[in-house]
Amino acid sequence: MSDDSFDCVIIGAGMSGLAAGIRLAMYNNKVCILESHSIEGGLNSYYQRKGFKLDVGLHALTNFAPKGNKKGPLGKLLKQLRIPYDLFHLKQQIQSRVAFADCSLKFTNELDILISEVEENFPSEKENFLRLVKHIQDFNELDYDNKYISAKEVVSNFIKDPLLNEMIFCPVLIYGSAWENDMDFSQFVIMFKSIFLEGFSRPQGGVRTILNLLLERFKELGGEIRFRSAVEEIKVEGNKAIGVILKSGHFIRTNKILSSAGLVETQSLLGRENNPEHVGKMAFTESIVLLDKKPCEFGVEDTIIFYNQGTKYNYSCPSTLYDKSSAVLCLSNNFLEDDEQQGIYRVTNMANFEMWNQLERAHYREEKNKVLLNAKDTIKRFIPLFEGKELLNDVFTPKTVKRFTRHENGCVYGSPVKIKNGKTDIDNLFLCGTDQGFLGVVGAMLSGISMANLHVLMGGR
Amino acid sequence: MQTSEVREKIADIISDIALDEDLAGLDDSQSLRDQLDLDSMDFLDIVMELKKRHKIEVPQEDYPQLATMNSCVEYLTPKFMQ
Repeated sequence: MSDDSFDCVIIGAGMSGLAAGIRLAMYNNKVCILESHSIEGGLNSYYQRKGFKLDVGLHALTNFAPKGNKKGPLGKLLKQLRIPYDLFHLKQQIQSRVAFADCSLKFTNELDILISEVEENFPSEKENFLRLVKHIQDFNELDYDNKYISAKEVVSNFIKDPLLNEMIFCPVLIYGSAWENDMDFSQFVIMFKSIFLEGFSRPQGGVRTILNLLLERFKELGGEIRFRSAVEEIKVEGNKAIGVILKSGHFIRTNKILSSAGLVETQSLLGRENNPEHVGKMAFTESIVLLDKKPCEFGVEDTIIFYNQGTKYNYSCPSTLYDKSSAVLCLSNNFLEDDEQQGIYRVTNMANFEMWNQLERAHYREEKNKVLLNAKDTIKRFIPLFEGKELLNDVFTPKTVKRFTRHENGCVYGSPVKIKNGKTDIDNLFLCGTDQGFLGVVGAMLSGISMANLHVLMGGR
Repeated sequence: MQTSEVREKIADIISDIALDEDLAGLDDSQSLRDQLDLDSMDFLDIVMELKKRHKIEVPQEDYPQLATMNSCVEYLTPKFMQ
């Protein structure tokens, strides 16, 4: 066995792992990122098909902030990683809406639009909504000591109209909640700020633009990254993590480990049984269709539509393969000043991992095709103007997510249990990423940065 | 080392941390935090950079000494001389 040793090993080359790696390499730590897949990105990776470049999961980057704003999450992370703002090439959304059966609320990156939409549709709730916004603005969601509080309970203290309540929760839940039909208020605040107060944008070129910057920066600083290097076991002596064993049997010694694998996934690497309560249930199918025309050619102004059939939004694992009663429709390059060549739409539905996992191969394909047909119908209904020759389509299921990310149940938002300070019961082993609890692409990077700062650079002070 | 040189070294660090920020109009007697929107993460970086570039250690209880450019220069000049 060769003597392979590092100051710090990071499990997973997703957004959080790469960001953590940059921070550590910046301050002269000998760092190695281990990634099981052959490319970087984790839950926010990319792929190529028929010559077209596609993002796996990115609808939009949340937490938009204009250049010069240093206080928000985006400004903080750019500073911490020493990446100039302009290199993200952010294009802002045009507009998005929460579309329920009898009511629709439009929002943009200007909060005033949403406020006037609330006023128009729910005149008696305007003051309540403003008070809620104020409460959220004043809340410190990044405090590692925040305890679980039900977001539904807090919000219902402000908003009295049940429909408005459901409409506010719809985008917030489906863009980040690992819980069914509710979430921790800290996480709610992270998501509310990132979607409604800061807003959506898209890096020109998609997720690759960000990943390339991160990877380049990490390598420039002398960091090492190994692909196709799945960790099989975290080696513990006494109560101290001392290294990792790869699937190949190779041992790597290290002083500290940051794991972005997820809470239950990290427990498995320690050889422990999964606690069923720690395994998330929320998984999704996503249909992706590429067209030779762009939505802007038809004057379509929607960037993202959060659609729900009824007046109650049911965010839970469906008892069918997927749930048609609600969806997220994303025109993932219909942003301002976009210069992509093709048009694209994505339709996301809640889905049941177990049911997808049990399907026979032929049946699995058939069902995927039904998901795609339903997605096309949904787009036709909501954005009838947007048509063109289909260049490509693809569908991923919770099973696909599990295969590529090793996340249990294909849960993109991880475990309902979040470990905000990143600590585990094993010395020198810390969590970062989804299960630390800062959500979204920006949140994931901030999670990697914060955990690297706290547990390695500051030595846990 | 002259205090002007120390100031320059600190300014170099700050301008690398606050990438898109212009330091030309900085008032040396006023709070860095307020003028440049620095937060605790940035102060950690100032400390980390001092250690990396100049082998200067700043214990956590001394962080308040880094509040303004003037106080930085005053506090760090003896450390640069060592």
